[in-house]
Amino acid sequence: MTDVLNIRNLDVTFATDGGDVHAVRDVSLTVAPGEVLAIVGESGSGKSVTARTILRLLPATAVTRGAVILQGTDVLELSGSRLREIRGTDVAMVFQEPSTALNPVFTVGWQIAEGLRAHGKYSKKQARAKAIEILEKVGIPEPATRVDYYPHQFSGGQKQRVVIAMALVLDPELIVADEPTTALDVTVQAEILDLLRRVRDEFGTSIVLITHNMGVVADLADRVAVMYQGELVEEAPVQQLFSAPTAEYTRNLLAAVPRLGSSVTRAPKQLDPAATPVVVATDLVIRYPGRLGGAGFTAVDQVSFSIAPGEVLGLVGESGSGKTTIGRAIAGLGNRPTGGSLVVLGHEMRNVSNAAFKPSREDIGFVFQDPASSFNPLLTIGEAVAEPLVVHGRAKDARAAAPRVAELLDAVRLPTSYAARFPHELSGGQRQRASLARSLALEPKLLIADEPTSALDVSVQATVLELFAELQRQFGFAALFISHDLAVVDMLADRIAVLYRGKLVEEGTGPEVLGSPRHPYTQRLLASLPVPDPIEQAQRRETLRLLREAD
Amino acid sequence: MNIRALWYRLPVIRQLRQAVGLQRGMLIAGLVIVGIFLLTALFAPLIAPYGYSQLRDENGGFDAQQPPSAEHILGTTVGGYDVLSRVIWGSRTAFLVIVIAVALSIFAGVLLGLISGYIGGALDRVLVVIADAVYAFPSLLLAIAASIAISGGRSDLWAGVFSAAISITVVFIPQYFRVIRAETARIKAEAYVDSAKVIGTGVPRIMFRHVLRNATRTLPLIFTLNSSEAILTLAGLGFLGFGIEPTSAAEWGFDLNKSISDVTSGIWWTALFPGLAIVLVVLGITLVGESLNDLADPRLRTRRRADSKAPVAMAEASVNEEGLDGAVSIAKEDRA
Repeated sequence: MTDVLNIRNLDVTFATDGGDVHAVRDVSLTVAPGEVLAIVGESGSGKSVTARTILRLLPATAVTRGAVILQGTDVLELSGSRLREIRGTDVAMVFQEPSTALNPVFTVGWQIAEGLRAHGKYSKKQARAKAIEILEKVGIPEPATRVDYYPHQFSGGQKQRVVIAMALVLDPELIVADEPTTALDVTVQAEILDLLRRVRDEFGTSIVLITHNMGVVADLADRVAVMYQGELVEEAPVQQLFSAPTAEYTRNLLAAVPRLGSSVTRAPKQLDPAATPVVVATDLVIRYPGRLGGAGFTAVDQVSFSIAPGEVLGLVGESGSGKTTIGRAIAGLGNRPTGGSLVVLGHEMRNVSNAAFKPSREDIGFVFQDPASSFNPLLTIGEAVAEPLVVHGRAKDARAAAPRVAELLDAVRLPTSYAARFPHELSGGQRQRASLARSLALEPKLLIADEPTSALDVSVQATVLELFAELQRQFGFAALFISHDLAVVDMLADRIAVLYRGKLVEEGTGPEVLGSPRHPYTQRLLASLPVPDPIEQAQRRETLRLLREAD
Repeated sequence: MNIRALWYRLPVIRQLRQAVGLQRGMLIAGLVIVGIFLLTALFAPLIAPYGYSQLRDENGGFDAQQPPSAEHILGTTVGGYDVLSRVIWGSRTAFLVIVIAVALSIFAGVLLGLISGYIGGALDRVLVVIADAVYAFPSLLLAIAASIAISGGRSDLWAGVFSAAISITVVFIPQYFRVIRAETARIKAEAYVDSAKVIGTGVPRIMFRHVLRNATRTLPLIFTLNSSEAILTLAGLGFLGFGIEPTSAAEWGFDLNKSISDVTSGIWWTALFPGLAIVLVVLGITLVGESLNDLADPRLRTRRRADSKAPVAMAEASVNEEGLDGAVSIAKEDRA
């Protein structure tokens, strides 16, 4: 049987303002019919560029060498019209962000038919019938009515199903899925992975899966190609890769993946039960006002919890569960509580004035999700870390704060010389360390970390989490650690609270919540989390299926 | 940081180094024209053969409407002035109007935009309505009104320059206001403003240290485009007869106005050269402005092609910038 796709000695170079960037170096890959090939790598490894080359979706600044042979034709040699012919019929693409991959002003039925019209004569009726058929196959309920819906009427997971339907409608031999589940919640991710598996089984389509998530790889892939800095470092069947990785880089990558249950061995922290909690929330309600006359949206609904001094509370939930809203309310950013009570460092946040709360800001540190945007691009790292000291009058200006800044950078293991650098001159992990240094500058009693590692690569994430744990032991601050990733929270938190649609559904120590979850949502969340082990993942998949059927 | 690195970070210099191909050509052409204009304005007394209001030299009075000759390279006007001298001196007036108009409008516009964008609410809405109302006003009409108010229509150098400058200022303030307001509203939602808030930074410090410096990216662009508009307004005023008396300063628009009757009688030099001066300066400044605009946008900016020997397949243009951003991030990310 011939290969569906054969990439030979592919080389891609980009022209950028900073000179040429050699994004892909001499990569050769093959995909057999009905096979799922996962290309794994961290950001900047060239995995997306490789995948986009298969459809020749590269910007004009790219120059490619080598061959991408799809069904016997070299895609890189094709003219514009021939290229259009093979796109859709021979190879289709599923994008990362389903909400931007769909055009908001057309119905999904129209968008599916668009692909059909581009490749043959279909009457309106035929195209519609075909769209309904394919929507049904990807598991959209009531396809006959929903074919006339607009993208915003679907949930995120359903939108991704529609995108997959668009890819499938012309029955291509190969689907390139670029991080198809990264923008989705864990429970939805599991469903989309199931769908992709079914697509392979029922349609016999080969899939090139681009991902950075080892759990997703273990769940779906037959064969894995690992890329690092534009080069292919390892290629192996999935079980062999996980059980006996040969390349050094692969081993490190696998070791860096956070796993559930890694905190079980850790001794529980001794906390003083009599101490006044740093944060107490009692029946906390936060509502966003609706439009004029419309009902508001309740983001946080009757949530109660407390954080003792020196304790790390992990707050877990999917997007829209209200976890970030709670974090921001505690820091006095954005919306105030509209009901119940939220006491932070002795201030009732419902009616505290900004002026009264300002002195307490010294005692609160905040680490933001995206280290790239949380630094003023025009200030050096040194100036940014000195800002809190200057604002609270501990230092006259950035220069006077330099010794303390050096100390802080040292504490987060950044070279002191980095104080003179600008944020864009640091890598993501380094920036997040600098962000930690800034939030710790005033030695806060409470640190709020809002998804501090979700923008980072796995290997970088591991070192930042270790650093966080170490700093917490050293400085003894209380922390609210917000994340969507159970495994990450499990590594750091003394107690875990699970939020679901604004409600706190479960709270307890790590082993309690993760070992024997009581609430069905927590159970489903745990079962949905793909583990980086193909054999174990196959068993978990079965458990999840049973759990879903029980619902 | 050494001087060289600092020099390369300056607005126009940085873009000049970045530009390639046609965009570089446009930028250089614009910069050369603007450079000549600035040098002419600066050294007008040295370059011009006569004064702007000079009607006679040691050989006696100038004749009116003389064609170009050795004595008067570009001829003389109907009033007997030397055309070349008037054109050269006119650059000074034009330069003054640009500097005063932009200086008056940029501070007010930026400050209002910053406050309006950052504070928001009712103040913002009122300011936006006022700005929109002013924006709808034709600038020339405003200039005529200002000119009459300041000097009763006929004026000396400063009154003429100020009437043009003030009318332009009134129209320009909303432009700076809108741009800075939009940028401020965007930056207000950035994480680094939030991170300044959580450490307890006061509002003025956030506005000036964190927001303002990041909001001024587009200013060089509006600055150049407004400069050309300032020249056109001044010339329009002069042409309509609200300009500056020839005895107090040279002004291209005034000279054009006086040359209307010449054109029909075959005297081309009195109209051509002041007109050409206006066109060239406006063209030069606009070229600089437009190139800066194109270079500021990564999608419009052309780059040198990646170094590559045959066989080269140029991928087709893609609207999606993702691949490109990815490539840039590779260049920037050194591993932690």
